[in-house]
Amino acid sequence: MADIKKFMYVNRKAPYGTIYAWESLEVVLIGAAFDQDVSLAFIDDGVFQLVKDQDTAAAGFKNFSPTYAALGDYDITKVYVEKESLEARGLSLEDLQHLVWEDEDEDYAEKDSIRLVSRAELAKVMADQDVLFNF
Amino acid sequence: MKFTIQVNEGPYQHQSSDTAYQFTKAALAQGHEIFRVFFYHDGVNNGTRLATPPQDDRNIMKQWSELAAEHNLDLVVCVAAAQRRGIADPDEARRNGKDADNIAPGFRISGLGQLIEGGVQSDRLVVFGD
Repeated sequence: MADIKKFMYVNRKAPYGTIYAWESLEVVLIGAAFDQDVSLAFIDDGVFQLVKDQDTAAAGFKNFSPTYAALGDYDITKVYVEKESLEARGLSLEDLQHLVWEDEDEDYAEKDSIRLVSRAELAKVMADQDVLFNF
Repeated sequence: MKFTIQVNEGPYQHQSSDTAYQFTKAALAQGHEIFRVFFYHDGVNNGTRLATPPQDDRNIMKQWSELAAEHNLDLVVCVAAAQRRGIADPDEARRNGKDADNIAPGFRISGLGQLIEGGVQSDRLVVFGD
């Protein structure tokens, strides 16, 4: 593929009330095969998608949250979480899964994937993208 | 300009499909190219030929089929989303052991790679959804 574009997947919804979150993740995983410059953003209720220790047994849903931990293996290393959305929901980074990726250039050192950014900072990152997928 | 259109909602319940259709029609009228229209989430329900809306209302599914025929549009329904929601072409119906198919004329079923390719190949990817 000739051009590498900046792809951002914007996740805005809670994980189980609708299917947007899960089907977004399916796009991300398939899209990883296309070798684009990929990042994910979690805003609004979308921040709930990354909450750790999800248990969906009582609700009867498939718990797909462990899949986020595999993003690093798909070379997806930029996961932006909006600070204001997190705080408005009484959450902090400690409530989220610890997502990491391995840096081949530094002897596979484990690095954090999640980047906590302000709304203003995220707006700048978004403005710099070529393609924005909204889910 | 070259566009890929993504439709994320089903017909009637939400306006997204109507808006996407109007946008697509307007873009074509102005000489733009529509690389692909990709139907995802409940948007795959736009691709059924079995819906029977009241005759005094627009037939959203048929509008898409007719626009596709007129402009040789590539209307792609996501296979994974379609399987969840019971949209099938003859091949899919056979493969999954179903007794019928329901895909509307002008639509085809394919993978999510077609959406990504749309993002790569087009100048703009425009998402219509909630």
